Amino acid sequence: MQKLLLLGDEAIAQGALDGGMSGIYAYPGTPSTEITEYVQRNKYAKENKIHSDWSANEKTAMESALGMSYAGKRAMVCMKHVGVNVAADVFMNSAITGVNGGLVITVADDPSMHSSQNEQDSRFYAKFAMIPVLEPSNQQEAYEMAYTAFDLSEKYNVPVMLRITTRLAHSRSGIDLSPQKTENKLSLPKDPQQFILLPSIARVQYRKLIAVQPELEKASEESKYNQYFDAKNKKIGVIACGLGYNYLLENFEDIEIPFSVVKVSQYPIPRNYVEKIMNECDEVLVLEDGYPIVEESLNGFMKNDKVKGRLTGAVPRDGELNPNIVAQALGLTDTYGTDSPTSLKGRPPQMCKGCGHIDVYEALNEVVAEIGEGRVFSDIGCYTLGALSPFRAINTCVDMGASITMAKGAADAGLIPSIAMIGDSTFTHSGMTGLLDAVIEDSPITVVISDNSTTGMTGGQTSHAVDRIFDICKGLGVHPDHLRTIIPLKKNHKEMVEMMKEEFAYNGLSVIVPVRECVQTASQKARAKIATKKMN
Amino acid sequence: MKKNIILAGVGGQGILSIAATVGMAAIAGNINIKQSEVHGMSQRGGDVQSHLRLSDKAIASDVIPKGKADIIISVEPMEALRYLPYLSSDGWIVTNSKPFDNIPDYPDVDGLLADVKKVKNHIIVDAEAIAKSIKSRRSSNIVMLGAASPFLDLSMELLEEGLKQIFGRKGEQIVNVNIEALRLGRKFTEENM
Repeated sequence: MQKLLLLGDEAIAQGALDGGMSGIYAYPGTPSTEITEYVQRNKYAKENKIHSDWSANEKTAMESALGMSYAGKRAMVCMKHVGVNVAADVFMNSAITGVNGGLVITVADDPSMHSSQNEQDSRFYAKFAMIPVLEPSNQQEAYEMAYTAFDLSEKYNVPVMLRITTRLAHSRSGIDLSPQKTENKLSLPKDPQQFILLPSIARVQYRKLIAVQPELEKASEESKYNQYFDAKNKKIGVIACGLGYNYLLENFEDIEIPFSVVKVSQYPIPRNYVEKIMNECDEVLVLEDGYPIVEESLNGFMKNDKVKGRLTGAVPRDGELNPNIVAQALGLTDTYGTDSPTSLKGRPPQMCKGCGHIDVYEALNEVVAEIGEGRVFSDIGCYTLGALSPFRAINTCVDMGASITMAKGAADAGLIPSIAMIGDSTFTHSGMTGLLDAVIEDSPITVVISDNSTTGMTGGQTSHAVDRIFDICKGLGVHPDHLRTIIPLKKNHKEMVEMMKEEFAYNGLSVIVPVRECVQTASQKARAKIATKKMN
Repeated sequence: MKKNIILAGVGGQGILSIAATVGMAAIAGNINIKQSEVHGMSQRGGDVQSHLRLSDKAIASDVIPKGKADIIISVEPMEALRYLPYLSSDGWIVTNSKPFDNIPDYPDVDGLLADVKKVKNHIIVDAEAIAKSIKSRRSSNIVMLGAASPFLDLSMELLEEGLKQIFGRKGEQIVNVNIEALRLGRKFTEENM
């Protein structure tokens, strides 16, 4: 059978489908988005009605996946690393409930913050929750791990985390497929109290989770994903985790690796291999594409001189790994081309030509210049690019939904009016509850929901907010007199400026909803229409 | 064979179509491939690159180590220069001469092209003009692929097969115009090497 050329993300989706998954749940987030998108357009998934619709946010996604697991079926939930923060409540507690059908949490971390606000390492969360982690070193392994992770989850009655990083998520490689497994049948949990986390039951469940830990450790020691490669040179040994193993191999393309290596791709950390390499080698270099978690575990509180890595400066403390960093850490001859000429200029991302957010910022900047700067609280989406030149229109971007609630807090402190700038998809992700807080206190803020009717930054996925924003705002209790809309176009600039002036001056909560579809999704639709016409 | 290729450009310029075409050609030719690309924020008008690695042996890293790229293919002159730290000392730089100017401080184009010419092995091609000559401005990225094709160790048959797979959905005419763009790009390089 010919190999399939798949992104790491797509390999995971294909592996999960082949592994008997009945549903995938997610909110779009770079670099995890393509996992769910692959399932959405997959023929087998469509024919077998594998669930793949987007969820409102990562918390609702994970809760739905846990519900599917409760009902005996295999479910996957996908998110970017910061999505785990949103889902943390159910994530932590799902380790206590355990599973019925296999439950896999796929998390795509983004070291170097290519498209993120931080570079937190999800392996910390898994350790915190006391669940196993699978961390592939290449696309084929990602496929196989997704294929078998449901079995692991069902065998030990715990959710399993599948953790990848950006480079693996967004790189294509040829994948060999395994035979299709059948989906689980609908079944209720054998223990009817398993999912009721009343303190008395939760204590019992937690002890079960503690009791299974030695078995998880043993599973790691016996896992085919963890390996020990012995070599004569004992001066230095390398513990290479996930993608770090891949970068290590890159530096030894045509020759055998002269020192002992432990490859770690399943956690808890395999004690047998780690003890062996720590005992046998004078120094141990730890390579991790993320935080120095393994390194810190080996160091303990009392530092020893043996372990080298991000904490000792052998590897940079932040940012993603690459083959050159590994070469430097091992003292190998590093390679480099030539410097780029000094005339080279940076080319930061920017909003698309014709984007409605631009019209909103042009009006907003005009009004803010009059009433005083430093009061625009923004959020996460394409409009965050309003922070850059030429707009420099926003003062904050912290987490999904924080625009509204931070504006409220600032207004509580006396910064009146404060303005929130949020997109439609972010609003339904995490903005609605914050708006309710502002409704309850009639906070003197204006919430601008710049509605482009899509989830733009991640590539134009369906937004839950389409055609619902006004009903949601009214339902939450926003006063109809101060719930206004406009089409953000040049010809409406004056009208938008006036509207903002009026609502900013109003001493209570107001919401302005500029509505114009994203130019990218609009042109995609137009092209699709022309293509269909031509075919007919 | 082993080729490390960096594709450079600006979000929306079609470098992923070049990558996909080469990827399909490699699969058809039973050659191992790894191709990493940029998704997310940078796709909005920022600089984007794709690392494309072909080999008859297993490929480890998804990213090309610095100093190990055999070719930089750029659809825009300034972006060609951004990846010089990756180019090996005997590597080729193949770039479009037409700038994509979406920033306020875009440097002088003649200066950029002079910097490209400082690289020993370079091809500078006006891909827009060639694409215009066959009335298909959108094919200038495939002209660039054609201009780089003599250095890829992939036969024209395989590349044309790749184009058929990528553009087949859009109809025969689109496939044919892109095959023509590919051939004209190659012809330019063969005449100007």
